[in-house]
Amino acid sequence: MGLKDLFKLKRSRKGLGVPPKEIISGEEISELWTQCKSCNTMIYNNDLKKNLMICPKCEHHFRISSYERIEQLIDAGTWEEVNCSIETDDPLKFHDLKSYADRVEAAKKTSGTTEAIITGTAKIKGYDFALGVMEFSFLGGSMGSVVGERIARLCEIAIENKFPLVLVSSSGGARMHEGLFSLMQMAKTSSSLAKLRDNNLLFISLLADPTYGGVSASFATLGDIIIAEPKAKIGFAGPRVIEETIRQKLPKNFQTAEYLLEHGQLDMVVHRKDLKNKLAQLIKMHVQMPKPEFVETGN
Amino acid sequence: MSSNEKKMKKNSNFVLEFEKPLGSLLEKIDELEESNVEGCEDVIERLKKEFKELKERIYTNLQPHQRLQIARHPDRPYSLDYVKELGTNWIELHGDRSGSDDGAIVGGLLELTEGQTVVVVGNEKGRGIKEKQKRNFGMPQPWGYEKAMRLFKHAETFNLPIITLIDTPGAYPGLEAEAKGQSIAIARSIQLMSTLKVPIIAVITGEGGSGGALALGVANRVLMLEHSVYSVISPEGCAAILWRTREKSSEAATALRITAKELLDLGLIDEIITEPSGGAHKNYQSSATNIKESILRHLNQLKGFSLEELQEDRMKKFRHFGAFIG
Ligand SMILES: [Zn+2]
Repeated sequence: MGLKDLFKLKRSRKGLGVPPKEIISGEEISELWTQCKSCNTMIYNNDLKKNLMICPKCEHHFRISSYERIEQLIDAGTWEEVNCSIETDDPLKFHDLKSYADRVEAAKKTSGTTEAIITGTAKIKGYDFALGVMEFSFLGGSMGSVVGERIARLCEIAIENKFPLVLVSSSGGARMHEGLFSLMQMAKTSSSLAKLRDNNLLFISLLADPTYGGVSASFATLGDIIIAEPKAKIGFAGPRVIEETIRQKLPKNFQTAEYLLEHGQLDMVVHRKDLKNKLAQLIKMHVQMPKPEFVETGN
Repeated sequence: MSSNEKKMKKNSNFVLEFEKPLGSLLEKIDELEESNVEGCEDVIERLKKEFKELKERIYTNLQPHQRLQIARHPDRPYSLDYVKELGTNWIELHGDRSGSDDGAIVGGLLELTEGQTVVVVGNEKGRGIKEKQKRNFGMPQPWGYEKAMRLFKHAETFNLPIITLIDTPGAYPGLEAEAKGQSIAIARSIQLMSTLKVPIIAVITGEGGSGGALALGVANRVLMLEHSVYSVISPEGCAAILWRTREKSSEAATALRITAKELLDLGLIDEIITEPSGGAHKNYQSSATNIKESILRHLNQLKGFSLEELQEDRMKKFRHFGAFIG
């Protein structure tokens, strides 16, 4: 499980949005700048946002929130959120160094979302579709009962309305604090997607950085078409666990979107700027039309 | 104690920490019996009674991390041990039909009862260090799941019930495993199992380790042996992340609710299969007899289901797992 590595990553990114003290000091200014973790360039937050949270210098794709993602992908004003009333429970009364209940409350505050996935329906270039977007800042985007239930219900909404489905993943894996309930969400989501396929409805899975563990080993890799963002880290086990197990250095591009593409696990790596067009085009090409007359072009 | 226990004691040099008081009592009894000292029969009787009571006390009050130790006991029966006891005419089938044959997953045909053929797919940890290496300690590679899927489809084609025997620390976290799509293999196996139009019974016989176990676990009935465990993450892995030290794995084992009893109470499994006193490794045959009785009973219950109903039953079962508000 890559969760540990990911949490570490997250901690090291805590300074995001706050420039190093030696360059600029004072809170007022720090809210205006962000440093690219890939090339260290200082970027105006406004410029970064305008550029879809991509570094203008090195093309590094910053992690974005679920609502930013939704805004980037859909036609303005078409979002209708569903499943809002499904909220986190604590079936095991789980307690480690903190209680799960406290962790959930804190996650709600830091993420500004109700859970690790937001679901709804919208239009993309005029086409209706169902959309679920994971929220990494909510407990590492981990999948517990709410994530599973929201995805299952979204599949049912898609079937009912004959909508194609797009799920955007960004997750460390299954959520430990709900124990086996979390593991079962892998079966629940996978089986719901089987029903979608039975209805000949398209499912496009978009993998954003990072997608690991129980999420990558269930719905996220069951797309009829699988797309990833450039350099997104995707895998089953985290790199540290693998290194400890096999006791050898991993290749430099290991578990990147590009590596997965090379190894036949993805259909394409798509730059964030092209995502909306690409998704809309793919949906358009799969819309069930009445049997067409093929236009004859030859003699 | 049975002669079988004595035999096991001599065969097995592996004694769990919490079993040690039993071991020393047993030694005392042996010593006395061999000494043939006159008048010691009473003492022997008393010690035997003590042994029985102590054993009862230990095994009824096992902590989750102690059950985990039994589930991982090196003498615990594995799938290839069980198939010999569960039926007749075991015919192992090999290969994923795409270049590989993963030893960590075994499968084949078995006559469970006269005229009732089933397809068995299970994890295999391997007995002895050479076998263990060959079978990668029961940690499947992606092509192991491909092999399982091929056998699942075989079962569906010929309308044979599927029995899975789950005992794995988890899917293998390796370089080649990632390159060949470990995630996708697990996801596809989970999805395929949910759609199959045959009865499926899954038995957790030892360790149900995370997604690598669930890939064989999407069944109409999910049964667990008394001392087996089933978990979203290993207690060691969980402790390392949430407690920031692997040393808290006992706490994690308790918090995660990994034991059969707890999972039955949570409604996540269907039945607990009793193990012989002291654990399945004390008596393979008796453990297999209990498993077989349970499998047959559940298969009989599923007999009235049409093929579509079998699929529907399974999909509904997993659709309803979840604990949330609203
Ligand atoms: Zn940059």
